Amino acid sequence: MAASVAEDAQGPGSTGPNHGLRIFLIWLPIAVAADLLLYFVYGPHMPPGQMSNSAQSQQFDIKVMSVLAAPVMAFVLVFMAYSVIVWRHREGDDEDGPAIFGHARIQATWITVTAVIVLFLASFGTYELAWPGFAGAGAGEGPSPIWKPDGAPLQVQVIAQQWRFTYRYPQFGGFETTNLMLPVGEPIQFNVTSLDVIHSFWAYQLGVKADANPGVNNVAYTTARQTGNVTVRCDELCGLWHGAMFDYGKVVSVAAFKTWAQTTEVQLAAITKMLPPYSTTYDPTVVPQMSKAMVKAGLVGGNGYYYPPNDPVQP
Amino acid sequence: MSLPARVATLLLAFLAVAAVAAFVVIHYFLGGPPTVDYSSGVAADTGATVHVVMQEDPQNTVSTHPDWVSYFIQNPKTHAWVHTTLFKVPAGSKIDMTIYGYDGCTPLRNPVFGEVTGTIGGVEDVDGQPVKSLNSWSGCNVGHTFSIPGIGLNAPMATPSNPNANLCGSSPCTSGPHKTMTFSFMSPRATGEYFWQCRVPCGGGFLDGFGGPMQTIGFMTGNMEVVS
Repeated sequence: MAASVAEDAQGPGSTGPNHGLRIFLIWLPIAVAADLLLYFVYGPHMPPGQMSNSAQSQQFDIKVMSVLAAPVMAFVLVFMAYSVIVWRHREGDDEDGPAIFGHARIQATWITVTAVIVLFLASFGTYELAWPGFAGAGAGEGPSPIWKPDGAPLQVQVIAQQWRFTYRYPQFGGFETTNLMLPVGEPIQFNVTSLDVIHSFWAYQLGVKADANPGVNNVAYTTARQTGNVTVRCDELCGLWHGAMFDYGKVVSVAAFKTWAQTTEVQLAAITKMLPPYSTTYDPTVVPQMSKAMVKAGLVGGNGYYYPPNDPVQP
Repeated sequence: MSLPARVATLLLAFLAVAAVAAFVVIHYFLGGPPTVDYSSGVAADTGATVHVVMQEDPQNTVSTHPDWVSYFIQNPKTHAWVHTTLFKVPAGSKIDMTIYGYDGCTPLRNPVFGEVTGTIGGVEDVDGQPVKSLNSWSGCNVGHTFSIPGIGLNAPMATPSNPNANLCGSSPCTSGPHKTMTFSFMSPRATGEYFWQCRVPCGGGFLDGFGGPMQTIGFMTGNMEVVS
């Protein structure tokens, strides 16, 4: 029985060479080379780059997962190639292969290795989300974030509407603009919301992505490490011009940001007065100020409601 | 079933499928509103002036959706109003816009778009009076906007002074209370299509007021094609 199991472990029908050892010796250098290339050569160029701490952490996570996945993939490919070459059907060989029975050592190894990999990834992922330096790794954490950065972050409200993002800066008088400007090296808190349908704020180079839901404040954190341009896209199909709902933000020095913010606050003072008071969410279906204007004009939609009664029920 | 009956059934089924395919191709790929050409005879990148004339109406009685609000564009040669929202301008040119606002008011969902942006001088004239913004929340004064996000252009459209006035009821409007908005902007040097939209949720009867005419080319959104 023992001899039979040992024979099976070497491969179906094998009697001579130790196939397991041969596969291992072929696989090992390929796996090591793949890991080294992935981590040190391709790794620094993996998306989304290193422009912010969250982007940096995401790139590191992808590198770690690639390093773990590459040997598994290499083993599958090596085993497949080895099987095709060594155990291929030969002329005149019409016999069935030997029956394969369970092999406790192989099964234990398989279960242990996969369990260790999965548990490691779960622990590693949780640590990456929880560490204050990453603070959620750039993802939207909802209105009550579990993981927060140290210190008092700059507040930037992202307001999505079909088909444009606007940005509000409550610490600078609450002005609202279509330009996204951010300081380098300072923690930033994005408060993401929507005025109509579901959008998604995706600041690619910053590694920030947070859904913009009407009536919800979705909070995401990041700290930019480098100055430069940021591509912002809507990442949730939101209507006819969803594909055109993008703009470009800019990360600048702290001094340049302060100058811009203070100048813009003054420039937009008249427009800011027209805006509703700063709030983490806005409900355009109930805006008394607008309702007054509509009722005064003799239009339907009184009782504080923005939309006429023939409109469908709002979410 | 006899052989002739089977052949006839097969033929009918084939014709039905072919008809559906032809309808899809003609209706969705070859159909759509026409493009009004303002680039003809104007050299690009010379700063030459092109005068584009449009109007926004409270209805669209020339379409299959008579209760949908709609823009119209004037043909520069015949001066006839065309039911479309597609127009073509030369690159690097000064575009003088005239838009007649015949529709009544609806507040902007986001009042920040009451600001005039992207025009030469950052202003638009409403009946000859320069304005930098219109507050749609403080009164009944904004009907629609003409916005081209790709070039940062946003121009709110004022409404007739008397909100209870009898608005024009037949499109395209040629009489009735209205405001006249004029402003200028430079067309981009980069050729291509720049979508434009209205930012007022004026698609009554649709979710968020942003369905129907707001998402249908030929009504409240379209393309400005910039050509060399």
